[in-house]
This record gives sequence, C-alpha cells and structure tokens, in this order.
Amino acid sequence: MTNAPTPSLAAAKQEPGSALGFYGVWLLAAIALIVLPLIFSSGGSLTSFCLIGIAIIFALSYNILLGQTGLLSFGHAVQYGLGGFLAVHVMNAVASHNWPIPLPVIPLVGGIGGMAFALLVGWVMTKRAGTVFAMISLGIGELVASSSLILRSVFGGESGITTDRTSLMPMFGWTFGPQIQVYYLIAFWVLVSAIAMYALTRTPLGRICNAVRDNPERVEFIGYDPHVVRYLAYMFAGFFAGIAGGLTAINFEIANSAYLGATQSGLVLFSAFIGGTAYFFGPILGAILVTYLQLGLTSVTSVWQLYFGVIFIGIVMFAPGGIAGILMKHRPLIRAGTLGTVIPSYLVAAIPTLAFALGIILTIETVARFSGGDVINLLGIPFVATAPTTWAAAAVLVVGGFLVARITWRRVAEAWDRAATVARDRGYLA
Amino acid sequence: MAELIVISTLNGVLFGMLLFLLSSGLTVIFSMMGVLNFAHASFYMLGAFFGYQLTRWIGFWPALVLAPLLVGAVGMAVERYGLRNTHKHGHVAELLLTFGLAFAIEEIVSMIWGKSPVDYRVPAVLDFPAFTIFSTNYPAYKIFMLVVSVVIFIALLVTLKRTRVGLIVQAALTHPSMVGHLGHNVGRVFMLVFGVGSALAGLAGVIAGPSLVTQSDMAALLGPILFVVIVFGGLGSLPGAFIASLLIGLIQTFAVALNGSLASVFGPLDPSLGPSPLTDIWNVTIAQIAPILPYLLLVLVLIFRPMGLLGTRES
Repeated sequence: MTNAPTPSLAAAKQEPGSALGFYGVWLLAAIALIVLPLIFSSGGSLTSFCLIGIAIIFALSYNILLGQTGLLSFGHAVQYGLGGFLAVHVMNAVASHNWPIPLPVIPLVGGIGGMAFALLVGWVMTKRAGTVFAMISLGIGELVASSSLILRSVFGGESGITTDRTSLMPMFGWTFGPQIQVYYLIAFWVLVSAIAMYALTRTPLGRICNAVRDNPERVEFIGYDPHVVRYLAYMFAGFFAGIAGGLTAINFEIANSAYLGATQSGLVLFSAFIGGTAYFFGPILGAILVTYLQLGLTSVTSVWQLYFGVIFIGIVMFAPGGIAGILMKHRPLIRAGTLGTVIPSYLVAAIPTLAFALGIILTIETVARFSGGDVINLLGIPFVATAPTTWAAAAVLVVGGFLVARITWRRVAEAWDRAATVARDRGYLA
Repeated sequence: MAELIVISTLNGVLFGMLLFLLSSGLTVIFSMMGVLNFAHASFYMLGAFFGYQLTRWIGFWPALVLAPLLVGAVGMAVERYGLRNTHKHGHVAELLLTFGLAFAIEEIVSMIWGKSPVDYRVPAVLDFPAFTIFSTNYPAYKIFMLVVSVVIFIALLVTLKRTRVGLIVQAALTHPSMVGHLGHNVGRVFMLVFGVGSALAGLAGVIAGPSLVTQSDMAALLGPILFVVIVFGGLGSLPGAFIASLLIGLIQTFAVALNGSLASVFGPLDPSLGPSPLTDIWNVTIAQIAPILPYLLLVLVLIFRPMGLLGTRES
C-alpha cells in the first residue's frame, strides 16, 4: 500500500530536478509557439494556428467547470460571445476616442466581460450542480442567444458588429494588421492563460473545486460552502472564456450572434471531452484535434459534423477519459517497462478496428452521396455510391470488422491485465 | 378579441398536449435513470421523418402505427446497447451520450432528407375545416391531433395507475433492486419504458409533422423547450409535467398571437434619442419575444422555486 502514492502526494514529494522539468514544459511550449509560424509559414496554417490557439483557451476555460468542478455546462459560449461583443465595442470606442489603449490589452476586456456576466447570473445558476445546472446553463444559453437577436443596437442583429483592429494605437511598432502579428498576440495570450489556469488548479481554491466535484457534502463539513466554490469557479471559467472571445473578435474583426449559440457551446464541450477532462492538458489536445478536424474535414466531406458526433459518442462509450485518459493509462506500464508486451496485441487489434472504421466512413459517405451519385475516394480507391458492390464492401467492412475487432480487443484486455499485474508487482500501479 | 382568445386557447391546448406526449416520456425516463435524455426531441424528429417516408410508401394510417414502433425500437436499442453500457461511467457520461446522439441524429436526418423542410402533408381524409368559429376555419386535422394526444394521455394514465405492468414500472422507478428480488427483469422493464417513451415521442412527431414544419432542425428547436417544461413542472413529476406542458403551450401560443409592444401601449419614444437597447426593448412586440419566454420562465422558476412546480426533490 505504501508504494502507491496518489498523484497529489507524488506531486508534493517532488525531487529537486522535477522543478526544472515543470518549468521546462512551459518554456518548451513558449519556444514552440514562437517557432511554429517560422516552420509553417503559409497563410493557411497561420490562420489555423490562430483558431487552434483560441480554441485551446476556450476548452481549458470549459474544463475549469467540467473537469475541475464537475459542472456540466451547455451554455459556455455565452461568456465567450459576450466577451467578444464587449471587446468589439471597446475596440470601436477606443478607436473613435483615440484613447491610448493598445490592442494586446483588449482580450482582458473580453475576459472582464465574460466574468461580469458570470458574476451576474452565476449565483443563481450554481445553486445546485448536476442536472439542474446543466439545464439552467442550457436555458441561459438559449435566453442570451435569442435576446441577442432582439437587442439589435448592442448585438447588431444577424450581421453582427464589425471593428478594425488596426485602428487602435500601435504597440512596439506593431499595427496588428498582418496575420503573423495577430498570431503572436494570440500565442502570448494562450501561454499566459494556460499558465494562469494551471496555476489556478494548484491553488487552495482549485483543490476545493476538485473536492466539490467529488463530494460536496464533505466539503460542507470542513467548513466551505460548495455554492460559493462553484460560483467562483464559474466566474473564473467565464473570465477565460471571455479572453478567448476577445481574441476571436480581434482575429475576425467581427462579433455576431453565432458566437453565443448552442453550436459553439457544443463544440467546446466536444473539445474538452474528446481531449479528456481528468487531466489539465486533455482539453488542449481536444481543442487541437477538433479545430484541425473542423478545418480539414470540411473540404473532404459535406457531413463532417456527423463524424464529430460519431467520434464523440465513441469516446463517451469506450474511453470516457478522452485522449488524455488513454495516454495516461499507459504511463505506469511505460515506467514499469511492460508496455512492450501489450504493443503486439494492439497492432493485431488495429487492423480489424481500422477496417470497421473504414466501413463506417464508407457507409456514411454512401448515404450522403447517394442522391448526388458522387464518387467516394477512400484510400485512393474510388467507390461509386449507387453501386451495390460499394454497399456490399461497406457491409462486409462494418460487420466483419466489428466481429473480428471484438475478439482482438478481448486479447488486448488480457495482455493489458498481464502487463498491469507486472507493473503492480513492481510498484508502479495502485 | 374573443376570436383570438378562443382560437389561441385551442391551439395552445393542442401544443401543450403535444408537449406532454414528449415530456411524459422524458419525465418517466428521468425518474428511471436519473438522466435527462437529450435525444428525446430527436426521437420526435425521427418520428416525423419516418412518418413522412412511410406515408409516401404505404399511406398515412399504417405510418401512424409503424413509425412510432420503429422509433420505439430505435429507443430500445439506444438503451440496451448505449446507455446500459455507459451507466458504469456515471451520469455525466450518460447525459453526454444522449447529447452526442442528438447531435448525430440531426446530422443523419439532414444527410438523408436534406436541410430544407420536406413535403409532409395532412392526409386527404382529414383535410377539411372541422368547424367555423368567428369566420376562422378550424382544421379537422388539429382536432384529430388533439383527440390522439388526449387518448394517449388517458391510456398512459390508466396503464400506469390501474394495471399490473404500471405497478411494476412504478415500483421499478423507486425500488429497482427490490423489484429485481421479486423476480422481475428490471433491465427489461427499463428498456421497455425507454422504448415506450421514445415511441410516444415518435407518435408526437408523426402527428405534428404535417401540421408544423418537418425539418432537420425541429429537434434543436423543440428540445430546449422540452427541458424547460420538465424542469418547470418539477423533475420526475408527471402531473407537474402535464401542468407545465399546458401552461407553456398556452403562453407560447398566446404570445405569438399578440402583437403589442411597449411602443404601442405607451406611444413611441422620442426619435431624437437614437438607437439604443431601450428603443430595442420599447419596439419589440410580444410575438417577437415569444421564443425567449419559456427560458425566462425557467430562470424565474429556478430562482423562486428551484424544485419546480410540483417537484419534491432539490436536484
């Protein structure tokens, strides 16, 4: 029992060298953010990096609620959108009055906007956690999204409100007209927000949030009010969501009611959950993947949103820890040196699983393109959506892949159990 | 004015009964599994589209029976192969599974039937005015919808309160393990209840489809209102869901019919003030704010009576 430290204990008993490792991660992240546009310098990849950066902040802010405090929100885009709108209005005001406020400060304004709204509605919303919170967040989300179409003077109706980021005071000679300057602005805020949110998880408040997530009743016994803790977490989440919204407003130079809508709230939930809510870096992975898929799939298939749904359902059913959860599951095996015994069974399982996935893709594309009669190009092989051979191929791949995959995954589970037993004997697994 | 009141009351009660067809299933499923089924409105949409497709193939009346059965089968499959396996991961995972399903079903429907409304028509037998009231013809199909929902409502009530099956279901909601010890297959009871709930949603879709718009976003439009209904009525309370359904149905219908605004009551604002949030609020008509009324109601209820109208538990 003594050789099974919980993660928090392990963190407390760090050896001196690990402090370097800890700061090294952030340093590496900073260097990567600086170097990335130098390696991939095309306009398209720069735009993608900007979107991914914003998505990372947004997904991390969402995880303050879902992962750390256990609050499932269906209306997180409200704070994001309101932050964006406030940023746009402040940018326009600054430009028209010639106030000496440079652009890099504007995301902070967005953050304050998000936080202010959270301050306003949060007290009522966070009274209870669980289903009631989920429902009221959905209700508030719909309320704000619908109201934004009524209050036209503030939200600009359907077309939204535009701004010009170059009209603000230049800073260090930067006008923020070129996309590369906006990229570095976003990169700066990504790093600052990520560090701030990570630091938040290490504070007593962050720890109490985890306790509220796990057992609110006990938290009450040790003298904290779970309601207040949830309220604070909600405000911090709103703040960082607002920063993301402000950055979006700068990036696109527009804020419209779509920012506040249910689609945006759903996407951030997908990002955080697919990445994995149990670990800090999970939502980062999820945001990168979801944004990348969003940008990449739209050009390949017309039903890319369906793939999101399918991936999401798959993660919920088979890997509720998300990508980060899957990765971290392997850590004790790597440290015990038994990962090698599992890999062969993985490789065997990969083949039928891949066949099953291809079958699903072929089925979806066949249905999607049936009426159009387009050709499906899957791994370089052309399939005609109206041909019975395509249907047969899809059926064989789905059914056959599923049946064989089930057997091979059972093998994986057995190999895994053996490897885990060894790891447990060596003291790397609780 | 009297005309407006009579017609809106009829329409409101009709919409309310439709809402109840959906919210009754949702409420029972919630009491059973402790999870709100996000995909419930999607089952309603599936019902409408299945109804449309089957009507084209085999006619309206067989579709009226078959489409809900199909939707019920889909629902049972979701419970058996989806939710039951996800149960071990906790309530959040279950809720998210239904959320993902709702998302996927919407995409599948728009993939197959397209994003624009389909031509789902009222059957010719029922396509005549039932009666004329103050110069307005009231369509017979709406009366038919009302009759169907009332019949289902009574059947549901009798089944739950007066039959052995209803007794077992009620017992399984509160004491699942005791019911299991008495030799009933609780898993199958849950699956059947889920199936019946989905089938009711599907039925609502089949009968509402021709009257309202059958489109791939109908689930996304109705879903949030449904949640308002059951939170407003009190989570897990059937009578609460009934009252809330009627209330929200009436409020929505009356709001859409009314055209008044603050400007029409108190006169227009001084135009020199220019556009501002105040002028927006001043000029907006009641019909325009109808979509947000349910959510306003939800927020008010959660502030003043967090357990809902007839709810007993806090969460």
